[in-house]
Amino acid sequence: MSVHVYEKLWMWGAGGLIVLFLAAIGITAVTQAVQPPSHIETINPATLMDHPEFGDPQVKVGEDGTVTASVVAEMFQFRPDPIEVPVNTPVVFRITSADVIHGFQIIGTNANAMAVPGYVSQFTMTFTKAGDYDIACNEYCGLMHHGMVGKITVTGGQQ
Amino acid sequence: MSAPTPQARLAVSHIGVAIAAFGVASIMGVLQGLSIADIEFPMRSESLYYMFVTAHGVLMALVFTTFFIMGLGYAICHAQLGRLVGLKTAWLGFWMAVVGTVAAAYTILTGQSSVLYTFYPPLQAHPVFYVGATLLVVGSWIWGGVLIASYRSWKRDHPGQPVPMAMHGMLATIIVWYLATSGLAWEVLFMLIPWSMGWVETIDPVIARTLFWWFGHPLVYFWLMPAYVLWYTVMPRIAGGRLFSDKLARMVFILFVVLSTPVGFHHQFADPGISANWKFVHTITTFAILFPSFVTAFTVIASLEIAGRLKGAKGLFNWIGTLPWKDPFFLAMALAMLSFTFGGFGGAINAAYGMNSMVHNTAWIMGHFHVTLGTTSALTFMGATYWLLPRLLGRELKLVGLARLQPWLWFIGMGIFSTSFHIAGLRGLPRRVFSGALAGEQGDAWAALTSAGAIGGVILFLSAMAFVSVVIATWTSGRKIEAPAFEFAVPLEPVTTMGLWDRLGLWTIVGIVMIILAYGYPLATLIMTPRFGSPPFQPF
Repeated sequence: MSVHVYEKLWMWGAGGLIVLFLAAIGITAVTQAVQPPSHIETINPATLMDHPEFGDPQVKVGEDGTVTASVVAEMFQFRPDPIEVPVNTPVVFRITSADVIHGFQIIGTNANAMAVPGYVSQFTMTFTKAGDYDIACNEYCGLMHHGMVGKITVTGGQQ
Repeated sequence: MSAPTPQARLAVSHIGVAIAAFGVASIMGVLQGLSIADIEFPMRSESLYYMFVTAHGVLMALVFTTFFIMGLGYAICHAQLGRLVGLKTAWLGFWMAVVGTVAAAYTILTGQSSVLYTFYPPLQAHPVFYVGATLLVVGSWIWGGVLIASYRSWKRDHPGQPVPMAMHGMLATIIVWYLATSGLAWEVLFMLIPWSMGWVETIDPVIARTLFWWFGHPLVYFWLMPAYVLWYTVMPRIAGGRLFSDKLARMVFILFVVLSTPVGFHHQFADPGISANWKFVHTITTFAILFPSFVTAFTVIASLEIAGRLKGAKGLFNWIGTLPWKDPFFLAMALAMLSFTFGGFGGAINAAYGMNSMVHNTAWIMGHFHVTLGTTSALTFMGATYWLLPRLLGRELKLVGLARLQPWLWFIGMGIFSTSFHIAGLRGLPRRVFSGALAGEQGDAWAALTSAGAIGGVILFLSAMAFVSVVIATWTSGRKIEAPAFEFAVPLEPVTTMGLWDRLGLWTIVGIVMIILAYGYPLATLIMTPRFGSPPFQPF
């Protein structure tokens, strides 16, 4: 049996649209590194307190000037709080959880990653505006989940 | 007049459980909407809120849908194949699913399992929660087995013939369900139950999430495909049209068998432990699965246009006015289809690998699945109930005026509810929060939107109660009539010989190969990475 010519045209159109969408996503992923946070690194949540980086999580500036913000999400807070970072500087966020799964969403930006016990999430973010930003936990983590809000203070220092 | 057949009684019992779950979950839904908007009501508390989110999700997404689809499957199979092989086994499946549901619901409502319907470890529920969910799924496996046995029996009597279209769609739905629940069975039987019993101390959250979403996305198609069956085969019949393309309808259902499972990483874009390349592979399959829905939009609308033309409608759009808008079944389905155009648009954004970061785990997602599952599937099922009840109970539909109003209320309420939460999510409101003000000072950017969402929620609740009232009135006091026949749309050009799209066994194998290709390597590398599990937490 035959397929109606209008339906054939429609299917070619639909197929073309899907290819176009995928091409847009693929090209921006390769040329502009528009990619979701997908770091693969494991860590023992049971000994997090004694861990050299996450035992006392801080923002650190390396010898080459790179800024790294290490963050622990736990019921029902983020440490450190506030997280103080410089404006117009790439900041490498490294996030893990001390208990259940949490979310790390910087409101008003597209920074959005899961904080999973046993794993380290990592992404790089540059703040172009100084000021205070709220971090919300966006994965249900218990009775005070909605109250789990942290702060990022972006200062206008090293421009 | 004759008493309902045993097959009809089986089907309608499933529909009854589905609607009872829907009614209870609706009450919880409206209270959640008020809570997010910070509207005080007696007994409002954090523990009640998160318990209700869990119960609402489990009852709507797992109980209402699964029982409804089981009942619909039995009705269609008996109508199209003239048989149900293994009626006693079917009742066994029903009671297993009922016992499982009641057991899981008991642990939720006593506050021991507020882990939400995604139950991500290391949040840990009461062991009976996982065992109850398992019984529900095993009950549905028995249902699938009964329908497959009925199909094989029919095939022996009709060698070389393609199965009628509605049953083809139901069989494809069952295949998707088996492929989907294999991931869930792995997670629940080999990880969650041993861990909740204390037989193993720790659990890996990323592997558990991966197995959950192996199940969780095809679950969406398990909800959608029965709706498509009704749109393709019943809606044009009610409207007086013909099925525009029998062959392409079959192709659509087979594409779902192949493509609905290897897509789960688009729910895990923000997860660590999975490489960006594999997330991109799942993005490709996710976009590919838009294709069968595009085809559906064309075929179903063309089938309805035929109805209008047969009634003599001229011009480009006059046929739309000739459709049976006063028929509650037709109205509900048409509004459900319209909602899916918005739902599909949002879905393409969620699936976009980069853009997902703007919406992941925000209220946008909640807005999205309320137009898709919550309207496209749920409103179709409500409409289908108006069509099924007279045929299964031998009773005339009561409160027809209310049944005509109810789909409009749902459509309008959902429009307000869903639009509000889509926008609030873009502004940063996280999903699943007791209070839209978060810690107390964050709500300014979306306070008006959560209030609008609560108004939408109240309208939805009124619609849900109208639906439940029509069902109860019909069931208990509808005038007894000779049960109308189940009739399905006649295709313009029926498929008369077994074609490529009728080879269900072959396509099942292709579906399995797709799962192995999509999950084999990333899961194997994750399992071989040195990892550290998590102990349980119960912060509720």
